[in-house]
Amino acid sequence: MSEHPRLRLDGVRQTFPVRDSRGRPGPPLTALDDVNLDVGASEFLTLVGPSGCGKSTLLDLLGGLARPTGGRILLDGRPVEGPGLDRGLVFQQYALLPWRTALDNVAFGLEAKGLPRRLRAARAREYLALVGLEGFADRYPHELSGGMRQRVAIARSLAFDPEVLLMDEPFAALDAQTRESLQDELRAIWLRTGKTVLFITHGIDEAVYLGQRVAVMTSRPGRIKSVIDVDLDRDASRDPRSDPAFARYRNRVWQELHDEVALARRSEFAPVPSEADRG
Amino acid sequence: MADTLTRTPAPTVPTDDPTAHGTARPLLAVGWLWFTRSAAILAFLLLWETAPRVGLVDRVFLPPLSEVLVATADLAVGGQLWAHVSASLSRALAGFVVAVAVAVPLGLLIAWYRPVSDLLLPLLELFRNTAALALLPVFVLILGIGEASKVALVVFACTFPILLSTVTGVRTVDPLLVKAAVSLGFGPLALFRKVVLPAAVPSVFTGIRMAGAASILVLVAAEMVGAQSGLGYLINSSQLNFQIHDMYAGILSIALLGVTLNGALVALERRWSRWRTTPG
Ligand SMILES: Nc1ncnc2c1ncn2[C@@H]1O[C@H](COP(=O)(O)OP(=O)(O)O)[C@@H](O)[C@H]1O
Ligand SMILES: [Mg+2]
Repeated sequence: MSEHPRLRLDGVRQTFPVRDSRGRPGPPLTALDDVNLDVGASEFLTLVGPSGCGKSTLLDLLGGLARPTGGRILLDGRPVEGPGLDRGLVFQQYALLPWRTALDNVAFGLEAKGLPRRLRAARAREYLALVGLEGFADRYPHELSGGMRQRVAIARSLAFDPEVLLMDEPFAALDAQTRESLQDELRAIWLRTGKTVLFITHGIDEAVYLGQRVAVMTSRPGRIKSVIDVDLDRDASRDPRSDPAFARYRNRVWQELHDEVALARRSEFAPVPSEADRG
Repeated sequence: MADTLTRTPAPTVPTDDPTAHGTARPLLAVGWLWFTRSAAILAFLLLWETAPRVGLVDRVFLPPLSEVLVATADLAVGGQLWAHVSASLSRALAGFVVAVAVAVPLGLLIAWYRPVSDLLLPLLELFRNTAALALLPVFVLILGIGEASKVALVVFACTFPILLSTVTGVRTVDPLLVKAAVSLGFGPLALFRKVVLPAAVPSVFTGIRMAGAASILVLVAAEMVGAQSGLGYLINSSQLNFQIHDMYAGILSIALLGVTLNGALVALERRWSRWRTTPG
């Protein structure tokens, strides 16, 4: 990897203050501990880990929504100081403004960018078309299916042209068929736009199918346990998911993850000080 | 009050359901819907008409509906009815508008600054649960028996529902929406204008609707105590002068006024929160 990866996590550590049931401060909870990871320009990296290992915490840090307790996060060699339009976030629960139409939701990020109104509408239309929703510009979120809502959210994050797309389990709430078609579309969009994508998931299949590399996290406190290069023959006309190589990668990721999931499960039942679990 | 009557059948209101727009309901179903909705009211009116006639109740104290309607028409033709309605309406609207103009911005301010709301909310909760009418003597003492005390009472009664539901609206904004907006780099002011404010609109309107009902409620009571005009005065003075027909005419007018006001506010609310998914 070159001297300046697009995204570099360097010894990132995040702790949260913890209060017990009587409100007295206890020892802080370490969500992330010494996370090191580089993501190259135009790379598609997937990040898997057991639930509660700090994936969303990591995404908050990358998005500039919180500052790490320790370590550095560098974007193109510069430290991340706060939120910015060089990164686009996509959340599992879509986060669309319910009082805005699909078109106006996509335009929302363009308002942040300060684009004049006329350009906004044109650009928003273009990106709605990119995710296959040109006919739904005037629909409100509650008139759209879950898959369509997530398409709108993806269009919103792409429209302001960020360098990096940060996605937190974006397809976890969708049914299997919708998820697969959105995975294919995301891949196609990624190939077309050349964005850097960091895609968080707890699905092994999804991680292997989408990622050029799969980073596996340990249970809490989260660390990068290993990074697996995925090299699937994607030019073939058949579905790479039926490739025997896919099964091998799948199995390797599963092996890496297996112990961590067991660990995470055990600590879930262990008496831990009460903490605000955001799920 | 009246809002429960108009809101209960919400799931069957076709405009609430975006998928129902194109499909025309069969005429029979529409007829049946109207019948079920008006059946209870019709039965009640019928009972009102017949009960005094067959001697179930003393027709001196409860005249048949048709006679009340005649008396109402007489009052309307004579111009007295409109004088009373407009007196009540202008007091109610004046108080209501002042309350909206004060309570909405104040509620936004209180909710936006967390320490302020922590400080003031218990007090506001106390005020809201103080029956406004209990304060009528105080208002009369301070402001006299004239218009000012009545309008002030309406302002008081309307302010707290609006204030508290505005605060609730701001406080219950989906944190994920705030997070998404912050991640886009919006500052606090833009965040407030583009996310918090629109998200709070439905809740604000709920408060406004409650205030509308409250405004008429307290006003009529205030007019019964000390006034020379207004529907409350009409009802009370007719009763004292044993003009029972006029008394019922006043009651009927108040009911219609309340339903109309509520209907107008519900329509306004629909317009402003069309994006909302149908509840339930
Ligand atoms: N703001 C916070 N305050 C306290 N604890 C938190 C906070 N955010 C996350 N945590 C804790 O940090 C851990 C990691 O959470 P999260 O990043 O959401 O996990 P994941 O997304 O991998 O499921 C969890 O144990 C969670 O309870
Ligand atoms: Mg998470």
